[in-house]
Amino acid sequence: MTEILEAIQSAFPSADVGILTNPSPCAQHSLLVAGKDALDVAKFLRDGLGYDFCSNVSGVDWPPKKVREVVVRKETVDGVESEVKETIEREVPGYLEVVYHLFSIAKRLGPVILRLRTGNRSDEVSLPSLTPVWKSADFQEREIYDLYGIHFEGHPDLRRLLMWEEFTDYPMRKDYVAPDDYEYEPTPHDEILAKVGPPKEVA
Amino acid sequence: MNFPGIGLLKGFVVTARNFLGSYVEKDRLTTRQYPEERPKLPENSRSFPFLVFDGEDPEAGMRCVACKICEKECPPQCIYIIQDRDAAGKPLKRPRIFDIDISVCMSCQICVEVCPFESIRMDTDYELSSFDRFGSLVLDKSKLLKSNAYYHGIHPTEASETDARIEADRKKKEAAAAAKAEAARKATAEKAAKAAHPPEETK
Amino acid sequence: MNVTLDGETVVKLQPVFGYLHRNHEKIAEGNSWLAAVPYTDRLDYICPLTNNWAYTLAVETLAGLEVPERAEYIRIITAELTRLQNHVAFMGFILADMGAWGSALMYAFREREKILDLFEALTGARMMCNYMRFGGCRCDLPSGWLESAGQLVEGFPAFLDEMEALLTGNEILLARLQGVAPLTPERAINGGLSGPILRAAGVDYDIRKVDNYGLYSRFKFRVPRGRVGDCYDRFMIRVLEARESVEILKQALVGIPDGPVVNPKAKQRGFRPPAGEAYGRIEGPKGELGFYLISDGSDRPYRFRVRPPSLINLTLLEELCLGTKIADVMVILGSIDIVLGEVDR
Repeated sequence: MTEILEAIQSAFPSADVGILTNPSPCAQHSLLVAGKDALDVAKFLRDGLGYDFCSNVSGVDWPPKKVREVVVRKETVDGVESEVKETIEREVPGYLEVVYHLFSIAKRLGPVILRLRTGNRSDEVSLPSLTPVWKSADFQEREIYDLYGIHFEGHPDLRRLLMWEEFTDYPMRKDYVAPDDYEYEPTPHDEILAKVGPPKEVA
Repeated sequence: MNFPGIGLLKGFVVTARNFLGSYVEKDRLTTRQYPEERPKLPENSRSFPFLVFDGEDPEAGMRCVACKICEKECPPQCIYIIQDRDAAGKPLKRPRIFDIDISVCMSCQICVEVCPFESIRMDTDYELSSFDRFGSLVLDKSKLLKSNAYYHGIHPTEASETDARIEADRKKKEAAAAAKAEAARKATAEKAAKAAHPPEETK
Repeated sequence: MNVTLDGETVVKLQPVFGYLHRNHEKIAEGNSWLAAVPYTDRLDYICPLTNNWAYTLAVETLAGLEVPERAEYIRIITAELTRLQNHVAFMGFILADMGAWGSALMYAFREREKILDLFEALTGARMMCNYMRFGGCRCDLPSGWLESAGQLVEGFPAFLDEMEALLTGNEILLARLQGVAPLTPERAINGGLSGPILRAAGVDYDIRKVDNYGLYSRFKFRVPRGRVGDCYDRFMIRVLEARESVEILKQALVGIPDGPVVNPKAKQRGFRPPAGEAYGRIEGPKGELGFYLISDGSDRPYRFRVRPPSLINLTLLEELCLGTKIADVMVILGSIDIVLGEVDR
C-alpha cells in the first residue's frame, strides 16, 4: 500500500493523499484522497498502475458524533496553582464517504481501496464522479446518489436508481426514519410499535 | 455443422426420447399428482416453528421458560412473548402469551438455533393456507404446543439427539446436586464431630 | 426498461430499476450479524448458498476466523451444486427469452429439481437455505447425502449431453445468438462485468483461481473463455462451466475429510467482530459477489454493502443493445443472466 502511495505522490506531488489504516485482522488499508485530486489519482491508478477493474462502490454515512475528552487545565486560585480535570464534549462533524474497491485483472492484484469524503452531510456533498474512468461505477454512483445523497459531478446520467423520482429523502443515512405507511395488520406488534412512538412525517 | 437442419433434427430426437421415455422411465416422468400423492419430505425439511412439550399436559410439560432470546434474535421479529406471573405478581418461568405470526416468519430456523432450552423446533407441515388473512396466521400458544412424540415423528434423528442432550444435562445437574449434597452432608458431619470432640486448643 | 426505437432498431435504452427494492442493506444494518444470513438467501434467490458463502466469507475476513476443513469441502460442494443448477436454469431461461417456452426450460427444471431436493435434505429448505454460519456450516451432512450427491453428479454429464444435443447445434438458436452483441475484453473490464460474461469476452479471470478462497487451490479445473464475446459465447461458457463444476464436485465428493463442521471458537449469537472493515468476494454463478462490511465493534453491522453482480453486469446493457433489433434485446438481457432480487435488493 505504501508503494502505491509513493507512486501517486511522485506522480502528483501536490495531491492530498494519505493512508487510512484498518484495525481489522484482514488489514485492508485504504487510500484517503481529497475530492479535488480524485480524478487524477483514479486515472493514474488505472493507466499507470493497472487497476483497471473497479469492482465495488459503496457509500458510508458518518453522522456527527460527540466525543468526550478529558482535558487537564492549570488554574490559579488565590495564588495556588492546581490542575483541574475537565470533561469536554467535542462535536466531530459528520461526513459522507464513498469507497471504491479496485482490482487489477491483468496483474491479479487488489483490492486497492480508495476513499473520498464530502465536507459535511448537508450542503457540501459533491464529489467528482469516477464513472469516466471506470464505467462500472455508473449504476453504483447513481445508487449512492439515491440512497445517500452524494452529488457526483461529471456523472453522465445522475438520477435516482432504486427509489422513485419524486422521493426526496435519503434512506440509507443513519438518521433516516422509515415512514409508517405499510399495510395495517392486527398483529401483536402493535404494542411494540406503540413503544417506538409515532413515526416521523415524511414529505 | 454438416448440412442445414441436422441440429434441429438432433433436437427433435431428444424431445421424442423424452416424450416416449416418459411412458417407461420413472426418471423422465416427474409429475406428481399432488393432493392424492404426497412427496416424502427429507428429515431436515422445515416450515414454521412450534413449541415442544414433554409428557401429556402441554402446559405442565412446556419446555419454554420465556427467556425471550428467540424474540430478540428473530430477524423479521415475528415472535411475541409475555412472561407469566403468579397471583403475587412474581414472574414465572413460562410464557403467558407466545405468538408467532407465520405471515411474517421466514422459516429461517434462527430461533431454533439460539434456544438454550431445546424448546422451539421447526415443523414440517406446509398446508397452512386459510381464508382468514390475519387471525389464523397468528399462531398462539395452544396451536404452537406440540408433544415430544410428535417431534420424534417428524425429525427422529434430531429429536433423539435433543433428548440425549437433555438427559445428559439432567444427569450432570443431578450429579452436581448430589455432589453438593454430599459436600454439605460431610460439612455438617464434620461440624458435629468437632462439636462432640472440641479440638485441643493450641497456644 | 425504456427502449427508444427507430423502426425496429434500438437507438436508446434505459433500464429502470427498483420495483423489487426493499433496502436489504438497511435491514441488515438494523439486525444482528447472524440475522443477516437468512436475508442474503433472498438476494439472488436462484443461488442462495453462494450468497451465504460470500457473506460468511466477508465476516470471517473481518474477524479473522478459521474454517474447519470439512466445512470448506461442504461449502465447495454446495457452491458448485448451486452453480450447476444456476447454469442449467440459465439454459432454460434463455430459451424462454427467445420464445422457446417449453421443452428446454422443463428439462432444465427437472434436473434443477434434483439438486434442490439435495439442498432440502441438507439444509431443510429448497431455496431459502440459510445454511452457512460464521466459521463453518450449520449442521453436518445427513447420512446418505454424499451417496445421493455422488449419484447425481455421475448422471449429470449425460444430462448436459442431452441438453447440448437439443440446443447447441440447433440452427435457430445459432441464428439468434451468434454474432449478437459482441463485446471486447477492454470494454468488459471497464464496465465492471464479472463472472461468465467477463470470461465469455475472453478475459481469463476467475476469482476461484485468483483469490484461492476456500480450498479451491486443491482442485483441478479449467477456466473456459470465449473468443468473440457474443451471446453464443455467453451461452456456451455456461455449458462448459457446468462441466467443470461436475469435475470439481467429483474431486470434492471423494476427498471430503471427517471433522467438525463449524469452528468451535466462533460465536453465532451475540457475535461481535472487532472494529474495522473488510471486503470479501467469491465467484458466484452470476459473477463477483462481494460483501463490504464495516464493524464498529457492536453486535450489528455498521455498514453492510452488497456488490450485486446482476446489477453491475447490466451496466453495459445499453451499449450492447444499441443498433440491434428489438427482438435481440430480450436475448441480450437473457444472456447476461440477472435475478431481480439481486438487482434491486
